[in-house]
Amino acid sequence: MLTVFAIVTDGLVYAAYLFLVAVGLTLIFGVMKILNVTHGSFYAFGAYGAATAAGIWYDKGLPDAGGFLFMILLAMAIGIVIGAVLERGILRFVYGRDEVVVVLVTYAAFLILEDVIVLIWGPRSYAAYQPMVAAGSIDVGDLTLSNYDIGLVVLAAAVAAIGVWALKHTRYGRLLAVVIFDREAAAAFGINVTVVYTVTFIIGAMLGALGGAVMAPKISITLGIGVEVIVLAFAVVAIGGMGSIEGALIGALIVGISRAAAVHLLPQLELFVIYAVMTLVLAFRPYGLFSQVQPRKI
Amino acid sequence: MTMGRSTIAGAAGFIVVAAIGPWMPPWLVSLATIAFANALVVLGLIVLWRTGLVPFGQALFYAIGAYAVALIGRYTPIRDVFVVILAGAVCAGLAAYAIGFLLARYREIFFAMLSLAMSMILYGVLVNTESLGSTDGFHVEAGTFLGYRPDGIWLNLSIYWLVLGCSAVLAWLVSLYFRSVAGALSNPIRDNEIRVEYLGISVDRLIHLKLVVSGILAGVGGVLAALAIQHVDPAMAYWTTSGSFVFVTILAGAGSVAAAFVGSLAFELFRSLAVDIMPGLWQMMLGTALLLTILFLPEGLGSLLGRLRGRWGKAS
Repeated sequence: MLTVFAIVTDGLVYAAYLFLVAVGLTLIFGVMKILNVTHGSFYAFGAYGAATAAGIWYDKGLPDAGGFLFMILLAMAIGIVIGAVLERGILRFVYGRDEVVVVLVTYAAFLILEDVIVLIWGPRSYAAYQPMVAAGSIDVGDLTLSNYDIGLVVLAAAVAAIGVWALKHTRYGRLLAVVIFDREAAAAFGINVTVVYTVTFIIGAMLGALGGAVMAPKISITLGIGVEVIVLAFAVVAIGGMGSIEGALIGALIVGISRAAAVHLLPQLELFVIYAVMTLVLAFRPYGLFSQVQPRKI
Repeated sequence: MTMGRSTIAGAAGFIVVAAIGPWMPPWLVSLATIAFANALVVLGLIVLWRTGLVPFGQALFYAIGAYAVALIGRYTPIRDVFVVILAGAVCAGLAAYAIGFLLARYREIFFAMLSLAMSMILYGVLVNTESLGSTDGFHVEAGTFLGYRPDGIWLNLSIYWLVLGCSAVLAWLVSLYFRSVAGALSNPIRDNEIRVEYLGISVDRLIHLKLVVSGILAGVGGVLAALAIQHVDPAMAYWTTSGSFVFVTILAGAGSVAAAFVGSLAFELFRSLAVDIMPGLWQMMLGTALLLTILFLPEGLGSLLGRLRGRWGKAS
């Protein structure tokens, strides 16, 4: 019984993490049809930025509560800047090329950004554990849960709710729906697709950096943290159906719970289980659980 | 006639590259060996790319080939390189055949992602299995050549020639395949699958065949790389390995068989140069090169050759 409870709580926390890193990826794919490898860099930049922010804040001995906010804000600002530079500087020149070619462009940008991280922060690793310590923990039965983890789950739920609400009920969200449905028709009706693309990419980049910032206190921030995140986020998004926020949420829950189950029951399967689940889902639902029907072109 | 001429030119190219082996500096021999072994994987990617498919998990078959050699060396007395190449090719081919039933139904990004997932599953298995060497991998026994057991500099040269021989044979077979009906249907499938289906041809089966062909090529590439490096580790199945194969494919372009070899050699040279000049920034240089290639040479380095030829043709 304790194991079941542990699996559910661990699974939820891991799912929250997965959702936060996957949501920006799925947004960018949904609107722009770009599978954005650079998302790993956004995550890494967010984490490094948060670590820098934590260093500045806590060295000055400022109160704990504001430190976390400062970390998140700085990371999101970095995400906005990189997103804007990347979209305006590189990506807009390759719109209309093969999807796979665009993936490679983002892969190239990812390689470049990996070294930019070394240039800015150097090869040493960073820690930003202060918010995690400050948050403390509570005992639930025999288990000790970190308040920070609980906050992570709440944050993920909030991002999901805001995302779905914004897409369905705001003006910008409705414009997005039109652009997603048919880019050319949207342009013909006077929607400025270029601006929509830029804004979407920047929001996606900001979300990626946010994912990195909130994970920063839980991990050791070191070179190569972006690499792993990319494949994980891809798996989550593919399970849920590319471009769907609800899909990313369900995908994150499935992957999170099954990984937690593997960790507690069969630890040697941990790495394997995520991709096995993805393969299993895709074998029955080739385009993910929440995919939209694509018309055939003759 | 032009086909015959390019075959002769290719054969002559391989003979020249093989003949200058003993006079090349040892580092260049090792570099060229790896470059040509990897070129076979790239050749497999070109086979798929002509249909518009880009697998992000081709390292799967590469690693299967490499681990096949390593395991044969560890658990059996068989050391003959020709036997292990065959074994690696068969293992990779069977894996590609099995996975093909699932993978051949997918296109575009989904194909890329699912193939990525497959290779990451293998990576996870390799990392977590102690008997397969876990994260460290393990040593590969030196091969013998039909009973001949070279050592020192001759071992490197023998493997170099072996790689060249395999490359020549496989390059010729692939060029035959490109000229066959199945190969010629690549571009039509890329342009419009449904029209091809209307001709009474099963696109899924053709793609399945292509997967097996590219899987075998990647498997042989993996065997040769393992023999050359004499070590295997799980990074061979990691997605960044697949990424660098795709990288070379873009660099080379899908225009011709020769492009795979020239592109792979250029990539290895460029990479070791970049690591040499700017050890901390070689990824940035690679990324920039890839970006510039995509932006300014959409058909790859191979097209540069074609363009030059066109210019000379007009001048004369």
